[in-house]
Amino acid sequence: MSLDILQMVLVTVIAAATPLMIAALGELVAERAGVLNLGVEGMMVLGAATGFAVAVETGSTLVGAAAGAGAGLALSALFGLLTVVLSANQVASGLAMTILGLGLSGLVGASYVGLKREPAPHLALPGLSDLPGIGRLLFGQDAFVYLAFALAAGVWWFLLRTRSGLVLRAIGDDHTATHALGLQVRKVRFLAVLFGGACAGLAGAYLSLSYTPFWAPAMTAGRGWIALALVVFASWRPFRVLAGAMLFGGATVLQLNAQAAGIGLPGQLLSALPYLATILALVLLSLGRRQGGSLAPASLGRVFTPHR
Amino acid sequence: MRIDLTPRANRSALMDALSPVLAFLAALVVGGFVVAALGRSPAAAFVTYFVAPLSEVWSLQEVALKAAPLALIATGLAFCFRANVWNIGAEGQFVMGGLFGGWIGVATHGATGNTAWVLPLMLVVGTLAGLLYALIPALLKVRLGVSEILTSLMLVYVAELLLDYMARGPLRDPAGFNFPQSVAFDEAARLPYLMEGDTLHAGVAIALAVLVLASLVLARTLFGFTVRVVGASPRAARFAGFSDARLTLAVFAVSGAAAGLAGISEVAGRIGQLQPSISPGYGFTAIIVAFLGRLSPVGILVAALVIALTTIGGEGAQIDLKLPLDLTRAFQGLLLALVLGADALSRYRVRLVPGVAA
Repeated sequence: MSLDILQMVLVTVIAAATPLMIAALGELVAERAGVLNLGVEGMMVLGAATGFAVAVETGSTLVGAAAGAGAGLALSALFGLLTVVLSANQVASGLAMTILGLGLSGLVGASYVGLKREPAPHLALPGLSDLPGIGRLLFGQDAFVYLAFALAAGVWWFLLRTRSGLVLRAIGDDHTATHALGLQVRKVRFLAVLFGGACAGLAGAYLSLSYTPFWAPAMTAGRGWIALALVVFASWRPFRVLAGAMLFGGATVLQLNAQAAGIGLPGQLLSALPYLATILALVLLSLGRRQGGSLAPASLGRVFTPHR
Repeated sequence: MRIDLTPRANRSALMDALSPVLAFLAALVVGGFVVAALGRSPAAAFVTYFVAPLSEVWSLQEVALKAAPLALIATGLAFCFRANVWNIGAEGQFVMGGLFGGWIGVATHGATGNTAWVLPLMLVVGTLAGLLYALIPALLKVRLGVSEILTSLMLVYVAELLLDYMARGPLRDPAGFNFPQSVAFDEAARLPYLMEGDTLHAGVAIALAVLVLASLVLARTLFGFTVRVVGASPRAARFAGFSDARLTLAVFAVSGAAAGLAGISEVAGRIGQLQPSISPGYGFTAIIVAFLGRLSPVGILVAALVIALTTIGGEGAQIDLKLPLDLTRAFQGLLLALVLGADALSRYRVRLVPGVAA
């Protein structure tokens, strides 16, 4: 019995962690290539609105999810044009994307507020999904969850086990040297940004198609920013993103349950916990490695202008 | 195809001044297409957004009232952004300024005798609250190397939730029929109106004064010089012996104080009590204003007026044309993106080289 309760808790933690994982893994790739994309929140919320709208119109969760990823990709293309092609300031451009994304998502989602859809279907394997204690956890999730874990493995394999991944990391560490070697700095960065944008859009689509499942304005509620913090927290390593996302997912679930249970603390304090936990995590992390310097890609956030 | 960027040897001052204007025009064109796609007349929308608010005295005053906090916050942020320090939590510092300054207004409600000290105290406390709140991410950055971008933003959510809690809980008006708001401030705790019968309050004058002060500081003091040098050439600044840490703390303090002052001005001016939410996102919009104004006080004043105009116009468009308010936000985001793009075009000569791999 207690095993089933533990499973229940873990299932909800994973559900809360999934959007953070997907968005953070995408951002991790962009940052490893040296681009800091502060537009994750905007790409995520635009993905949530577009994904839900398209899913309602087509009746297909899959098409909706693809549209959500596409919306994030489109917004990140604009971001890439500004920062990678035109060498504009990455911080300011990212903020512009977040503001633009929030506005556009309101326009896209305006006529879908209050509509409800069936959540994305969960895997159901005869026998396996009903196993006591582990069945739902291992064999009863929806496709987004499996995708998130596959994405972590895929990103790890790509970054650390392929030549292209090595090139990407090298570009993130020193764009001048890699440019001198004849590597295509801006092309790789642009593709990395697009990947990050698509992941952010997909993470948003998960929120509106599976997690809640409905569209509400600004429903991402800062998750894009938490995903950004997660990348730092994970020291730019894919599997640490998984662990970090679980931790934050856990904090969210804890907070929601505490509110539901009506313990004596004010609801606002509990709502503030994920944000405070993020700050605390960043502080503890930097306290933990006072020596050894920064683990960030060396060219992260720096503008690159090729001149021959 | 390859795109080459060559830095322009001599940037013309005209191009520098024109690039935000061009960006604004481009944003107008895109916005017009979006309005047409939403099935409304772009011409009618243009009139509602940009002409109607300028045609009546009351709406002109509304524009000034909206522009004041934007200009005030953006001026503070200009110090940060020029020094390559990224305070994006001005919204939180604004809220803290309003909350703690407003607290004095609640606490002195019904006080008798000489109450001339109440308003100045509110302004000072509000400014200090914004300043101290901004020092949290600054100290974490300087002492521990924690990214100020993330911490300052996370603290926005925390500040908003704290205000929500205080306005619904401890500071709620006990005789207010459970409405989630504090008592209405006494006359002594309100910013006076500039003219009899108008809505313009002294907060507008305060914002203007700070703007003038800021442009003097930036142009005429060592601190202003340091900020400018660090922005223009961080390496030169290090050789000159300017301390990164001290500068980070200073610009965070300046921007936090400005945001806090804007917050208490809004609470003691237009609102007149504490409510669960006191800002329609001034702290974030001010980031757009700062860049649109090219991080200079004069430019910021113009940019704040333009952005305030679109906001008031957006409210009119919502009523008259049933255009959603999100259109205004999308427009502002697009405008910032285009300003940054246009800036690149004024800094670099862009050449398309066909037939070559990127």
